Amino acid sequence: MKLIEVKNILNATVFTNHSDDYLANVEVNQACGADLMSDVLAYVKDKGLLLTGLMNLQVIRTAEMMDINSICFVRGKKPSQDLIDLANDTNLVLLGTENPLYVSCGKLYNNGLIC
Amino acid sequence: MKLHYEISGDDFLAAGKASSAVKKVLSQLSVNPAIIRKVAIAMYEAEINTVIHGGGGCADVIISPDNIKMIFKDNGPGIPNIELAMKEGYSTATTEIRELGFGAGMGLPNMKKYSDDMVVTSEVGKGTTVTMTVNL
Ligand SMILES: Nc1ncnc2c1ncn2[C@@H]1O[C@H](COP(=O)(O)OP(=O)(O)OP(=O)(O)O)[C@@H](O)[C@H]1O
Ligand SMILES: [Mg+2]
Repeated sequence: MKLIEVKNILNATVFTNHSDDYLANVEVNQACGADLMSDVLAYVKDKGLLLTGLMNLQVIRTAEMMDINSICFVRGKKPSQDLIDLANDTNLVLLGTENPLYVSCGKLYNNGLIC
Repeated sequence: MKLHYEISGDDFLAAGKASSAVKKVLSQLSVNPAIIRKVAIAMYEAEINTVIHGGGGCADVIISPDNIKMIFKDNGPGIPNIELAMKEGYSTATTEIRELGFGAGMGLPNMKKYSDDMVVTSEVGKGTTVTMTVNL
């Protein structure tokens, strides 16, 4: 699935300076919903999307180390400017959706983003 | 090539700077991305431990033709039982750290998984040294 489809399915906002054209070219092979970065570091295997309700600089750092290419913050949470700056520096796409974590994962799964 | 980083013990949110810097250096050296990922994850886990458990310290990274060595040193409380600390799920992290998304007791097992060799030495009241090697 392309990241632009993720954006459309979740009716998401883009916080970083990535255009829709850019998102249309980013492939998402795997998604993971987690609030525990310890688990993300231990179990995520492929480049992909992290859906999370957790919001701090270490979420961005974790994504950087794991080669995760996009994060979607759930339940309408908005990242602060320092998070957005760090994400832009490492070319990580930050999205936000009003949907809660469970619903966001369900919608993507239903649309064919299976694990 | 030898790199040295000081790791501050009182700023959890700044943790990861050394790992991020090393990841950039390895990319510039065109190291295989799978190897970079192993180094980045192992180093980041170690850096977080140095901050949250060791009270800060330093990291030395030595890049040789055959391997990458990462040495983390702190003068913190030490680990009384290393075998126990290595078990998945064992953690003494505080509630504050858990609220920030860490403290599941997965770091040391993960560092072992992503490195080709890992040695932990520790003395209670003196500090801890973790040496990890990733082969190239
Ligand atoms: N540098 C250190 N100094 C003192 N104690 C340490 C150090 N590193 C690890 N420990 C001890 O070993 C335990 C296990 O470490 P480990 O990294 O596996 O888990 P954690 O840091 O508690 O949680 P996680 O890594 O999943 O966020 C820690 O909770 C702590 O008690
Ligand atoms: Mg740890």
